[in-house]
Amino acid sequence: MKRLILNLFAIIAACMSISVSAQDVMIARSKLNFPEAMSSLQNAIINHKYTLSRVQRIDIGLTKAGFKTDLYRVVFFGKQKELKWISDQYPELAAYLPLKIAIFAERDEAVAVALDPGHYIQVAEDARLKDIYIRWTRDIQSILKEFRTAE
Amino acid sequence: MRKIHNLLFILIIFSNPVLASDNGGVLYAQHCAACHGDSGNGGVGVPISLGSFLDRVPDSYLKKTIRHGRPGRVMPAFRHMSDAEVNSIVNYIRKWSSKPAPVYKTENITGNKKTGQKLFTQHCVSCHGVEGKGGKGTGVTFSRVRSLPIIAPALMNDGFLASASDSMIKDTIVHGRVGTPMSSFAKQGLSDQQVNDIVSFIRSKQGKNKKASTEILPANLMYEADGTIEEALEAVKKAIVGANFRVIRVQHFEDAYVEKGKEDSKKIIIYFCNFNMLYKALAIDPRVGLFLPCRITLIEKKGKVKLLSINPATMSKKFNNDELLKLCDEMTALYEAIMEEATL
Repeated sequence: MKRLILNLFAIIAACMSISVSAQDVMIARSKLNFPEAMSSLQNAIINHKYTLSRVQRIDIGLTKAGFKTDLYRVVFFGKQKELKWISDQYPELAAYLPLKIAIFAERDEAVAVALDPGHYIQVAEDARLKDIYIRWTRDIQSILKEFRTAE
Repeated sequence: MRKIHNLLFILIIFSNPVLASDNGGVLYAQHCAACHGDSGNGGVGVPISLGSFLDRVPDSYLKKTIRHGRPGRVMPAFRHMSDAEVNSIVNYIRKWSSKPAPVYKTENITGNKKTGQKLFTQHCVSCHGVEGKGGKGTGVTFSRVRSLPIIAPALMNDGFLASASDSMIKDTIVHGRVGTPMSSFAKQGLSDQQVNDIVSFIRSKQGKNKKASTEILPANLMYEADGTIEEALEAVKKAIVGANFRVIRVQHFEDAYVEKGKEDSKKIIIYFCNFNMLYKALAIDPRVGLFLPCRITLIEKKGKVKLLSINPATMSKKFNNDELLKLCDEMTALYEAIMEEATL
């Protein structure tokens, strides 16, 4: 009985999440200003048990090169064991890893953008990877939800 | 058994689109706010709460826009949504205006297409483009200098033409949009007949747009070199500089994930950039950060070094932005040239 109930929940939850993620590019807006939004994004990534490896400051490079731009960063994150196993077994996927989320300022708000890891099925398709892609998608959706609702 | 019935009842309530769609604000926040802003002030998307826009477009235009999107112009088509959900979002948006939604005649306007084309060239092309493909960039980009504060719509886009009636287009030409560069052409002296001619010309382009390519491209680019990873890295660096890019960072693939000094030295990432190209890409679509900075990954295995990168041409198809496609095709060619030179 318990299993039946759990299965029902899983089916409904899956149907509902599909309707939410019908696009390849996942995008979310935070009402917080950029520094606070950046901090909430990093916290959300850590809360989902990922290690932050680096923040690429795109805006700094552009400004130094003489261009006018608002704040723009790319946040890289991943899990060491996963990165090692995937780059050993499926090197073609290494070009997309670690995972990343771009974040940029729009006036006094911030927008975060991520690629739906479901895209990676075009890079490497294997039964062993399927669950990982699904989990990454779910985690990034959840991270972006935290980012969107952070106060 | 009763438990299952209760559970099913709860699940049906929550998954029923009619009931779920009562809250247009929730749906708007979920699907629209990221691009159009929480209050509809715009961002990656256009400012839909602008009075001179919202007061002058009918609900049918908003609903069809959600359904059809704008092929090749960032706004996706939300075909998976139920009618109830679309209606609910439009009702929510409509509350930003104190005026009732306008209603326009649905009949096509008759005019002289040839005269309309001449008038279009004279009055509209400077903002909307020669083929009515619209302005460059996305909705309202706050962070970079641009020629127009709000992107000029792609008037000959099939999504736009499927959403806007002739009467609505005419109304826009006659009254303009206060708060945008679109001025009233009635005030500039165009006659009713001349406006009809322009509308007829615009309408004649419906269904004439080139369909997006369905060609399936490889998701990544891969080359192979003989020798060691150190040799391959030097060759890649040289090729990057030769292609007018700047090397900005070389790191182990496992950098920051394992203790310093214990990284796998046979897996390396090299990041590089051409700031002119980067600026151009961000001006076209600020979401391109997803494949920034430029990067090649090197992995040595069994005496061979694999050079790997994403394929920008494949990635760009995710953005529904035709302008970006062109730039990313160039990027793919550059990546290939760099990797080819490095593996000669």
